[in-house]
Amino acid sequence: MSKTYYSPTHEYVTVDGNIGYIGISDYAQHALGNVVYVDMPEQGDDLEAGEEFGAVESVKAASDLFAPVSGAVIESNEQLIDNPRLINEDAMANWIVKIELTDPSELDNLMDEEAYRAHCEAEKH
Amino acid sequence: MNKKYYGKVIFELSRPGRQGYSLPSNGCDDALSVLPADLLRQNAPQLPEVDELTVVRHYNNMSTNNFGVDTGFYPLGSCTMKYNPKINEEMASLPAFTALHPFQPSATVQGALEAYYTLQRMLCEIGGMAEFTLNPYAGAHGELTGLMVIRAYHESRGDMKRTKVIVPDSAHGTNPASAAVAGLKVVEVKSLPDGTVDVEALRPLLDDTIAAVMMTNPNTVGIFEHNIPEIAEIVHACGALLYYDGANLNPLLGVARPGDMGFDVMHINLHKTFSTPHGGGGPGAGPVGVRAGLEQFLPNPRVVKHSGDDDPLFHLDFGTEKAPHALGRISSWLGNFAVELRALAYILSLGRDGLKLAGTLATLNANYIKESLRDLYALPIDRVCKHEFVFDGLADKSTGVTTLNVAKRLLDHGFHAPTIYFPLLFHESLMIEPTETESKETLDEFIAVMRDIAREAAEDPETVKNAPLETPIRKPDDTAAALNPVVTFAELG
Repeated sequence: MSKTYYSPTHEYVTVDGNIGYIGISDYAQHALGNVVYVDMPEQGDDLEAGEEFGAVESVKAASDLFAPVSGAVIESNEQLIDNPRLINEDAMANWIVKIELTDPSELDNLMDEEAYRAHCEAEKH
Repeated sequence: MNKKYYGKVIFELSRPGRQGYSLPSNGCDDALSVLPADLLRQNAPQLPEVDELTVVRHYNNMSTNNFGVDTGFYPLGSCTMKYNPKINEEMASLPAFTALHPFQPSATVQGALEAYYTLQRMLCEIGGMAEFTLNPYAGAHGELTGLMVIRAYHESRGDMKRTKVIVPDSAHGTNPASAAVAGLKVVEVKSLPDGTVDVEALRPLLDDTIAAVMMTNPNTVGIFEHNIPEIAEIVHACGALLYYDGANLNPLLGVARPGDMGFDVMHINLHKTFSTPHGGGGPGAGPVGVRAGLEQFLPNPRVVKHSGDDDPLFHLDFGTEKAPHALGRISSWLGNFAVELRALAYILSLGRDGLKLAGTLATLNANYIKESLRDLYALPIDRVCKHEFVFDGLADKSTGVTTLNVAKRLLDHGFHAPTIYFPLLFHESLMIEPTETESKETLDEFIAVMRDIAREAAEDPETVKNAPLETPIRKPDDTAAALNPVVTFAELG
């Protein structure tokens, strides 16, 4: 049974056991507009919670990606290299990296779906 | 807007064998046999073959498709698109300047050196700095030069730990880019909801690894950083220097000086504040000023005035012995000299009182537009602004009409669009900077059109979403252009 958590900087991590799929939220893809490039880490790279691990570039802006949790990269989503627009089509299905979580207790610092929705509402002021 | 769009590329006009010139023989017909084979090209260059009249018509028609401040209102926030007075062009075109050669002995170019020196001193007075160099070619080049000066200063004291630069999250993208090119690491500091730097967020970031803090004042949302004395104090207390990004100097002209606010190093964009052309990406000029005590780090050559009865009075100082820490050359010769002449002409024609009025009127014009539209457009920072301000899109978001749509619709009315989606502090940023050179009639016309667009967005949102309707090119596909850029005619196939 997987569960999705969100960071205040609009990354999500969908966790299944010890494995996490990290991407940007639907709210984030909508705010960014058409994505034209995704800068991703490579297999074996280590992500540290709160630290930058890549970037998403759209026609409007370039935005750094921050790791919601720490972990080792098992796979990066190579489909996004040729087709970055997949993120706009379905941000939740098209994760950016798959990692093995180092410390699942870090998930406690993140928001669940409901808290994240309130966070986005507050940001829209 | 010109509906009769001239849309040809010069290569489309090319016909084999057609030419607009005939050159005499160069008397070197055997060049092909003299040069080694590996230096000879295998295929002829792909140049357009056209006659003179075709060339003249082509470029004249192209020029009518251009939009500039000479054709219409250009309220592009953060860019200060003020009118470039024609007297500037006249002064920079004087043969006494244009016929000079950079290798001429200084004794024969005293007038040019005096013009350079005079502008240096005037910028020192305007910025409250001890010394200026006019050598950097553009704003970002000035930032890089300024940061290199700061690095040289720290290194001259044997302080090698200072490898980081603090930049506000509202800064122009050039700030972190310049810091990275200067070999420094970027640390971001957050803004408060009113757009100013959060002093309490800045304080814990300051330690002995910080080389400099870069600030733009007024900042990129057009708000004056009123905490600047306190910021200068805590930055200096940690041993770092305070850098002034002169992008938004215009409203402060003759009213406030970065040097008096505690800034140590600054650059000025002559192509913004001092009315020289933006010229399609160049040439600009980004003079760099420093406070007393940092002069010896400025790049060479410098124009120096002799104190006594020496003849000649002005000369070029390459001063390697006197200034072992100087940066050396950061540009060939003295930067974009003809641009510097235009700025000097601007300052001399306005004079002290005129300059002071320019900044004040720029501020008045921005506030006039802001107050005239705030009922229809969302105003996230409700304060008196300086030379520019930011709306966060239309007040009524229910129609789905975005900032991009509003900007495109303005083109149909013959206005250049404001800056959109910058700064990144808001989702629908629409950044308006009218400058001081626009009449009240032009401002009123712009306000009326902006109000019309807001009304149209409510009554007929599809029209606004489909804008522009009247321009020669409707909606280019930005995403496709970014993903698969076609940059040459040949690539069109």
